[in-house]
Amino acid sequence: MNLISSKKFGLSARHTLALILLFTVPHASADWQLNMREGVTEISRAVYDLHMVIFWICVVIAIVVFGVMLYSVIYHRKSRGAKAHNFHENVYVEIAWTVIPMVILIGMAVPATGTLIKMYDAKEADIDIQITGYQWKWRYQYLESGVDFFSSLATPAEQINNEAEKTDTYLLEVDNPLVIPVGKKIRFLITANDVIHSWWVPDFAVKKDAIPGFINESWAVAEKPGIYRGQCAELCGKDHGFMPIVVEVKSAEDYEIWIKQQQLAQEQKAKSAQKRWSLDELMVTGKEVYGKSCAACHQANGEGIPGAFPALKGSPIVQGDPAAHIDMVLNGKAGTAMQAFRDQLSAAEIAAVITYERNAWGDALGDIISPSHIAKMKQ
Amino acid sequence: MSTSTEQVISSESNTQDIHHGPAKGISRWFYTTNHKDIGSMYLWFSLIMFMTGGCMALMIRAELFQPGLQFIEPDFFNQMTTMHGLIMVFGAVMPAFVGLANWMLPLMIGAPDMALPRLNNWSFWILPFAFSMMLMTFFMQGGAPNFGWTFYAPLSTTFAPPSVTFFIFAVHMMGISSIMGAINVIVTILNMRPPGMNMMKLPLFVWTWLITAFLLILVMPVLAGVVTMMLMDIHFGTSFFNAAGGGDPVLFQHVFWFFGHPEVYIMILPAFGVVSEIIPTFARKKLFGYSSMVYATSSIAFLSFIVWAHHMFTVGIPLAGELFFMFATMLIAVPTGVKVFNWVATMFRGSMTFETPMLFAIAFVVLFSIGGFSGLMLAIAPADFQYHDTYFVVAHFHYVLVPGSVFSIMAGVYYWLPKWTGNYYDEKMGKLHFWLSFIGINITFFPMHFVGLAGMPRRIPDYALQFADFNAVSSVGAFLFGFSQLLFIYNVVSCIRKRNQASDEVWEGSHGLEWTVPSPAPYHTFSQPPKVD
Repeated sequence: MNLISSKKFGLSARHTLALILLFTVPHASADWQLNMREGVTEISRAVYDLHMVIFWICVVIAIVVFGVMLYSVIYHRKSRGAKAHNFHENVYVEIAWTVIPMVILIGMAVPATGTLIKMYDAKEADIDIQITGYQWKWRYQYLESGVDFFSSLATPAEQINNEAEKTDTYLLEVDNPLVIPVGKKIRFLITANDVIHSWWVPDFAVKKDAIPGFINESWAVAEKPGIYRGQCAELCGKDHGFMPIVVEVKSAEDYEIWIKQQQLAQEQKAKSAQKRWSLDELMVTGKEVYGKSCAACHQANGEGIPGAFPALKGSPIVQGDPAAHIDMVLNGKAGTAMQAFRDQLSAAEIAAVITYERNAWGDALGDIISPSHIAKMKQ
Repeated sequence: MSTSTEQVISSESNTQDIHHGPAKGISRWFYTTNHKDIGSMYLWFSLIMFMTGGCMALMIRAELFQPGLQFIEPDFFNQMTTMHGLIMVFGAVMPAFVGLANWMLPLMIGAPDMALPRLNNWSFWILPFAFSMMLMTFFMQGGAPNFGWTFYAPLSTTFAPPSVTFFIFAVHMMGISSIMGAINVIVTILNMRPPGMNMMKLPLFVWTWLITAFLLILVMPVLAGVVTMMLMDIHFGTSFFNAAGGGDPVLFQHVFWFFGHPEVYIMILPAFGVVSEIIPTFARKKLFGYSSMVYATSSIAFLSFIVWAHHMFTVGIPLAGELFFMFATMLIAVPTGVKVFNWVATMFRGSMTFETPMLFAIAFVVLFSIGGFSGLMLAIAPADFQYHDTYFVVAHFHYVLVPGSVFSIMAGVYYWLPKWTGNYYDEKMGKLHFWLSFIGINITFFPMHFVGLAGMPRRIPDYALQFADFNAVSSVGAFLFGFSQLLFIYNVVSCIRKRNQASDEVWEGSHGLEWTVPSPAPYHTFSQPPKVD
């Protein structure tokens, strides 16, 4: 169809390509972004400037070298009657094109070293946040104020599977963003729980690997309130492409209010374990938690992925003694992708999800795991 | 070359053919110790692997044509990126250069064969088994390796599918094959030269292969070591890469990249050699700065051992380490620049024609340089914090590997094919293949620079909407490049089958011993050492 139309209207190859794209990429938000973002920190701007300087140096060298080459290709061709000259050595030329690049390189190295030294100065921060990479979500712990939560992808599966229209923040949206105040030096202490991840926010020019068992440091002072988005940058397994990072930079006052709200919400969550839950309540909450925390591996239908992730449906742990089941969820299984959910979920959520697993998929054991029981086990 | 030597060669090889020609049937290929047979087998093997890895690349590009998941699941996508990388590096590019070395080193230095012919047979025949084992993992429970071709621990140990053990043994076998091949190359070059051919008279392809062989012997055992440590961690309870047991996941990366960085030069130094043979032939002018080319190649090889951590700028190495690896990496630009300047100076005031090998060689110089420029940008550690693990890196290494290594292999095949088969290939089709590849490759890989800078991480099966346009363009280019390789296969096959007798010199400006033997090169050549002035 494209071919026909391009013939009919006599369009150039470029137009044809544009036409093809127009028909085949209906979702494209039409920004052909070419370059790195300048970002919103002093460091990110310094990095951007370095990037542009090196880029233009490379462009100039390329023009000179390829220019000489193109000249030879055009003028020194046999079909133009060019006769080959006989020179094949010249010490002075060789020295010149060794020394000149050296000088250019030194010119590049000086500003790069300065920027790097600044990047490595992580001392005297106002707020410390520990960031832990999990397969496939992030955990943020505010060391001073005790706020502690997980942050995972908020894009619904229907959008990923092309069953719903994709929104502008497709794959770059989370349930709980990291919130930081504007103009304050934030130190990120970055580590991981399972495999290596990498925490990257392009607008801060912060990218640091999250390595299990080790803590890396990085820092940023965001100069403008707003929402900044990034992604995990180190291959970390199946859903590596689906663990974005969202940072919300708020004014100092808004940040204080937010911290208070978080602390309050955490207290309430702890209390909810003490109330009595019915089977229906547990099943509803359980299904929600299962979808968020378990379905990525064990699948929504509980059948897992053979060879990679075991099925829960009909599994001896799910059908057997509840104590073993609770132990598995709380403490995980060492040496596998099964994480310890002790810290990730509240007592009520763990009780709900275990109850759900034991009653969904037609197994219907009728077991009720009470949140207060889990709360005791967690201590 | 004096005419008397030529007569000696041809009469000698004729009598040899009668008494000691190739065996008949399939056993010829199993039992052969002939460098030409083994060279051909390496090249065919590499072509099969190139097409296999290419199909995987096309599956990746099909999935990335649009945002959202269309064709393959994320886990299978990871298997595709992993196996594409492993197969292209270890199955396509490396064996292709060994194939060229097998065919050409004895012919270029006037030796009757490789120094260790039986070892030669063995090093080839290990490969089909190694790659069968590796491809077999697709049919195992949990699927093929899915942790990237760099297989970082602990994703490749504690969290790997069970097939990782087969992957480890496959890597061991490839390593053994490479080491034996490298020993053979070194022994051949150092011992089998005819009287009068001193080291500074070696053709540049021979020189670059000599240096490459030393790199191989030095780093393949390191690769073997790192996969053995993985094996121990997985099956025997050690904790090399597990912090909980006192190990360190970053140790894996140090050991891997100590192998990995020289490895990327193993894939490009022979390419420098091929191009340094081709450009003088079609510029009808001697290579500019022969000795500086030799020294530059040696410097690049040396530097390759002290730059490995530039792949790890974001793992949290101390400032001093970061600075050292940044400076050392930037330094590589100097000898690499010397090589490019020498090639341009060779073309300058030459008398150029543009047959297919020359087109590929010129494209090599331009596009490899573009890969070099992005490499220089990546060397700048602070900027690398933004580039690292994005499509900018993918663009960079594909520019040095595809229009770099792969184009040089194709240039070499077109260049020497008439000598191997005795027939000229179809020049028109060769040029068409070149132009389609050249255009396809740039459409595929150039936009990757843009999406990388805009923030798209590598190794993801699905992406945010702002990357959609350029990804669609890349996919179109990939299919164009992929399918135009069918022209190459057709051209090679028909060159073997149809008669279009090539002269002994093949090219007007050809130079070197390989052009003094008849076309096609007889089964045995240089039974008597040639005279070298």
